[in-house]
Amino acid sequence: MNRINETFINKKNILSIYFTAGFPKLQDTMSIIKELDKSGVDMIEIGLPFSDPLADGPTIQESSTIALSNGMNTNILFDQIKDLRSITELPVIIMGYLNPMIQFGIEEFCLKCKECQIDGLIIPDLPVDIYHDQYQSIFKKYNLHNMFLITPQTSEERIRFIDEVSEAFIYMVSSFSTTGAQKIFGDETINYFKRINKMNLKAPLLVGFGISNQETCRVASDNSDGVIIGSAYINCLKSSGIKATKKFIEGLR
Amino acid sequence: MKTHNVDSKGFYGEFGGAFIPEMLYPNVEELRNNYLKISSSKSFKNEFNKLLKDYVGRPTPLYFAKRLSEKYNTKIYLKREDLCHTGAHKINNTIGQILLAKKLGKKRIIAETGAGQHGVATATVCALMGIKCIIYMGEVDIKRQAPNVARMKMLGAEVRPATSGSKTLKDATNEAIRDWINNPVNTHYIIGSVVGPHPYPDMVARFQSVIGEETINQLQEIENKSKPDYVIACVGGGSNAAGLFYPFLDNFDVKIICVEAAGKGIDTGESAATSILGKTGIIHGSKTLLMQSNDGQITEPYSISAGLDYPGIGPMHANLFKSKRGEFISITDIDAMKWGLILSQTEGIIPAIETSHAFAVLDKKKFKPNDIIVFNCSGRGDKDLDTYIEYFKL
Repeated sequence: MNRINETFINKKNILSIYFTAGFPKLQDTMSIIKELDKSGVDMIEIGLPFSDPLADGPTIQESSTIALSNGMNTNILFDQIKDLRSITELPVIIMGYLNPMIQFGIEEFCLKCKECQIDGLIIPDLPVDIYHDQYQSIFKKYNLHNMFLITPQTSEERIRFIDEVSEAFIYMVSSFSTTGAQKIFGDETINYFKRINKMNLKAPLLVGFGISNQETCRVASDNSDGVIIGSAYINCLKSSGIKATKKFIEGLR
Repeated sequence: MKTHNVDSKGFYGEFGGAFIPEMLYPNVEELRNNYLKISSSKSFKNEFNKLLKDYVGRPTPLYFAKRLSEKYNTKIYLKREDLCHTGAHKINNTIGQILLAKKLGKKRIIAETGAGQHGVATATVCALMGIKCIIYMGEVDIKRQAPNVARMKMLGAEVRPATSGSKTLKDATNEAIRDWINNPVNTHYIIGSVVGPHPYPDMVARFQSVIGEETINQLQEIENKSKPDYVIACVGGGSNAAGLFYPFLDNFDVKIICVEAAGKGIDTGESAATSILGKTGIIHGSKTLLMQSNDGQITEPYSISAGLDYPGIGPMHANLFKSKRGEFISITDIDAMKWGLILSQTEGIIPAIETSHAFAVLDKKKFKPNDIIVFNCSGRGDKDLDTYIEYFKL
């Protein structure tokens, strides 16, 4: 049990917000977290930027490229968030790709997460089978939950396996796509939400990819335990800066 | 017995596997479940072999390079992949994959390309089969490789610029993978080298293995021997090398030499010698050796040859390096260019600059008079003429 599990017990219609560490400015990490906390979000995902983010669309690829050219790296991020718990009690997740974590050392990475009181990880290119065979015991040792993605193409058998391995929530990818904001969800997407709901999984579900406004937020929340928003928030930071966070969040609720 | 081939989970030793986002899992799983079944079926083999013969022009000659052999006092053979249709070995793989895609009912083909050779080979087989073809190519490469862009367009392919990151091969590969994520049902992704998630490295190696298999038969005929003493090939991602080495991987009498591009020199910061400069990590879904910063960001390699500047090497080659089964030698731009000229003027064969790297080993290593050495003459130099002209002020 950690902050993520408690959030799902105590709250409904969870709103989790992603941002890329080091974007727009290298030193913005803690200010953004403070602002998100004040704006009433339920969970925060810090993106550790990577040069080749395969699962992400153009918005997050661009914010990652800028963050890296601003000088962001794993050591700097951990240094910036060492006093994380002085500014927020929300669950905080790091989302990043496997290669920078391997270079840092997986165990070392988990230890740093624990020191900073991070609650979980999302690693899109770490498949559930390899996690289960090689990494789960290390993550458990540091009380870190690892979240997995499912898509409209994921087989029922595989979803059951992912559900079994999941300790916190399942990240339900809304459509066949990389990350990026969409305006509406079609019938096909809604049928997929319903199909997954009928499976009565033990892990709660958060919908991510393609959520950008009140409408997509509402439809997704009606069919799950909440939503994850990334690209739309990055676009907000890009156009209006950190101070626009509160208004952006209010616009989603 | 320890094998240097792929294991049942898609690993070569510690390298390989499929480190892919869940969105790609169904696509890759469909391939994994079908590639061996389809490619070993009789109808597939018949069609594949017929196209290799009538369309590609196989078998390619195994040519005894007499003057070069005299000069270096050893027995040098060239496997003439440069004589394949479209000018390089790349088409062996694209023929195999397009047939596979057809059997899987795919209606749309995507591919990445760096120098444009794989893009041309893919556009060619798509034209042959009447299938829609989209080629991702880095914006920087599109400018550098204008003739190949024109070829692809003439063959009916759409060339889409990759504008993210460093705007070169690795970014074109990222864009192709993203396209595949967005189009999981009707699209097949033809990867051009022995890289990417399992089963690609094994699948591409198998389609290219015709190079090594023919070599065995031809040596038998010419030398009355079934194996050479050395097989030598250049390695970017490593598909021409994998094709030549394939039948000899576990035959320890045959020594394997992989030739990497040192660029301006190993220590200059402008190099593509992945085995020396790389560390273990994940690139394009595969665990392998790759060039990266201390922080794990993938870095841009450099070589005068556009076909060798991939930041990783295939997992088969990473394992050949780690297990010491293969000897890795790196060759600078200067030596490679010199060998482009030497091969042209000693044997009348203008090689691709990638291929020139392999021949430069003759100056780095002493061979015995009775050694039989097979070089993969993987591509012809037409595409590099501009670079040769500029370099030698021709």
